[in-house]
Parts: sequence; structure tokens; C-alpha cells
Amino acid sequence: MKNQLLSINDLSKDDVLSILSTAAELERITEGPTKKLPTLRGRTVVNLFFEDSTRTRISFETAAKRLSADVINFSAKGSSVSKGESLKDTAQTLQAMGADAVVIRHGSSGAAQRLSDSGWINATVINAGDGTHEHPTQALLDAFTISKRFPERKSDFSGLKVAIVGDILHSRVARSNVLLLTKLGASVTLIAPPTLLPVGVESWPVLVSYDLDEALEEFDVVMMLRIQLERMQNFYFPSEREYSRRYGLNEDRLLRMKQSGIVMHPGPMNRGLEISAASADSSRSVIVNQVGNGVSVRMAVLYLLLGGASLSEVSQ
Amino acid sequence: MSAILESADIDRALKRISHEIIERNQGLDSVVLLGIPTRGAYLASRIAQILMGLGSKVPVGTLDITMHRDDLRLRPPRPLLETLMPAGGIEGKDVVLVDDVLFSGRTIRAALDALGELGRPRTVQLAVLVDRGHRELPIRADYVGKNLPTSAKESVRVQLSEIDEIDCVEIVAAP
Repeated sequence: MKNQLLSINDLSKDDVLSILSTAAELERITEGPTKKLPTLRGRTVVNLFFEDSTRTRISFETAAKRLSADVINFSAKGSSVSKGESLKDTAQTLQAMGADAVVIRHGSSGAAQRLSDSGWINATVINAGDGTHEHPTQALLDAFTISKRFPERKSDFSGLKVAIVGDILHSRVARSNVLLLTKLGASVTLIAPPTLLPVGVESWPVLVSYDLDEALEEFDVVMMLRIQLERMQNFYFPSEREYSRRYGLNEDRLLRMKQSGIVMHPGPMNRGLEISAASADSSRSVIVNQVGNGVSVRMAVLYLLLGGASLSEVSQ
Repeated sequence: MSAILESADIDRALKRISHEIIERNQGLDSVVLLGIPTRGAYLASRIAQILMGLGSKVPVGTLDITMHRDDLRLRPPRPLLETLMPAGGIEGKDVVLVDDVLFSGRTIRAALDALGELGRPRTVQLAVLVDRGHRELPIRADYVGKNLPTSAKESVRVQLSEIDEIDCVEIVAAP
């Protein structure tokens, strides 16, 4: 496994399976009387968040603390320095503080890559969402959630049909999930209005549909994406009501799903827009499980990236 | 490379250890076996089977100690193995840790730490198939299948039919 996690492309299939099995084992350990393990004692994890986030930051913080790492939360909100400079200055500050890992969330695609390639910092870089590019730990926790819901598959998703519905254009979650789920063998269908599909989507290893009702009965997993209202100034669809009617997961559609089908959403949800309250709270919904699973998966990622000797330590 | 212990020797050693566990604890009422994966876990279930043959059902579990190792930073990350709490837990019990080879004692130290996180046993005892010496910590075994003096340049390989096809203990050149 590489010494960083910037994209799902950094992971081989074996790496992914090892993350998922480690997460399962860590979950079992931390379900017991003790939630805390001594493994990362003395290591420092910095949460460097240039964008707002509730669950990702709290999830990484919880994961690091359960492994006994020291956690520094660095919220860069309000900084008016231009991006390149601020990232560099910040990185050098973190380097001086002796950070072992930097978990970065940034509004610009490629920010995590830049931080990792720049040589400003020696720490392990973990991408917690960069622009509209990738959000690898979200995809990993989604895969973990699916594998727990379909335990007989043992993390082999071949033949599993997954629909990702909504704003694919702006979604880093969708990009990471397409890479990861297809790596594990799933068949992924993107469902969205044409305006919310990225240019070049025909070259992705997925099926594309503009109609949610066309084959809803076939999917084992329906993953709803958030309509990012802050990015909707460009009139991607006529009205929220129309979007909701054509692409929202309401009760009628929920009832049409397969008996074993599950509903996912990376959060935060716009209840009543892309997903109805009843769908979000139904027994098919694993949305709350996704949040809890996020901690186990991030513990696994932190352990596998930081728990052993780093490459430089091995070569010594 | 000749085998130090063959299948029949391993069986005999485990049977003796089983009787010693009964003798030492004056019965098996509060005894719990905890195997350290991978091979310690198989040895623990073999001992449990022998005890079952003697008429007592003893709870068996496994204890992965990876997250408590003190040499994590000396090697690449290791995969985690299974921790399975025995039925009835370990609180107030006489826990017998089971491992294949006792060497530096560091695995057992980590196991004691891991155990401390899970509960407070009344006593903790240690059963090993082979004690090869070279302790780096003040730790000793209560039940030993075979004392095997070795040189630090050698390595002891334990194979168990559950995963290695054959039962065998031999000394090989250190990797």
C-alpha cells in the first residue's frame, strides 16, 4: 500500500480488501468494553479542513482518538490568502509542528495531490474530499456498509447492481465510488438529468440512464447524492419540485425496490428534495450505519498508513 | 532438518498440558482458554477438545494482540486477526493464554495489555507448545509442551494440520 490516500487509484484491490477486513476487526474490538487502542500513541494527526464538514471531520477525529493519536483540528475557513500560497504556508506550519498525517478537505480538485507532491511536508496525506474530484474514505465506508449488508458476498461485489442517483457532475463521492465499486466487481449505473452528468462520462466504466423509474426494481443498492444547492446557480434543472418528482426517492419508488435492496446517502441530506423523509428513515435505509461505519473504516486507513513503520523508517 | 516434535508428540504434550491445567486449577469451573492467533488459537481449541474428552466443556476464545505490539513501528503494518471473546467473558475467570512458541516474551506482554482492556481475570496463566528461551522480559510459562534450547540464529517453525497440512515442530535457520 502506498504511503498516502489521495485517490481510490492509489489502492490495489488487495489493499481495499485489507482495509475492509481491518475495519471489520476494529469494529468488533471497539464494540467491546474498550473503545480505545494504544496503537498510534505519540503520533499526530492534523485535520486540515478548508471546507465545512460535520461527519467527515468528526469521524476522522474519533477514529484517530480511538487509536490514541493526538489530533489537531485546523479549520482554514475565512482565510483570504490565495490557495496555492495558503496551502504552502499552512503545510510548512504543520511540518514544523511534527504532524505525522494530514487529513485534508479542500474546495479545489487536486489540493491533496498538490500537498503530497509539493515536498512541503513529510506527513502522510489523506484526502478527505478535494473539490469535485475524489473522496476516497467515503467510498471505502460505502463499500464497507454494502459488504456488511450483503455478508454472503465476502466483499466480492461481482453482479451487484448499484445505482448512483443525482448530481454526478459535482460529486466527488460518485467519482470515488465508481472507481471503488467497479474495482470490487459491481455494475454501476449513474442516473441523472443530462445537465448533471460530467463531460466524458461515456468513457467511465459505468452505465448511464436519465430515467430513475426505468429499472429501479433491479438495483441492490440505490445511492442518492445530495443536490448541492450552493452550486445550483446555473439552472441545471427547471425547479426543485421537478427534480424531486423525476429523481427523488419517494415512498412509491421505495416500494418498487428489490426486497433485499438498500438505500444509501453520503449526507448531509436535503429531506424532501432528493430523498423523502420516509425513505431516509425506512428499514431499507443504511444511512445511519454509514456514519458509524465511517469511524471503523477511517481507523483502518489510519492504522494501515501510520501503524507500521514508514518507508523511511524501514530503510533505516 | 529433522522434526523435534511430530504429530504424536504434539498430541502427548497437549494432553499433559490439559491434565496440568486441571491439576493446577483444581478443576475447570472458572477456566477459560484464550488462543493467540494464528497457531495459538488452534492449539487452544485442541486443548479444549481434550478437556471435553475428559468430561468438561471449557469456553474458548481468541485474542489478537497486533494493536498492542511494541514493535509496530519496526515493520510494515500487519493485518489484524480475529479476537473472539469466549462465552461468559473473562471477568473473574482463570484465563489460560495459549501460544505456539514462547521466545522474547513480547507477544505475551502485548497479550496481557490487550487482556487488561477486556476485563479483569482472577488469574492469567500461560501455556505454550515450545519454550525456546531468549526471554527479553520477565515472563515465564506455566505449562510447557517442550523446552527447546535454541541459538538466536535459529528459528522454530510450528506447523499444525489445521492450516499447514501436517503437525510438526522443527528448528530452521532464521530468515
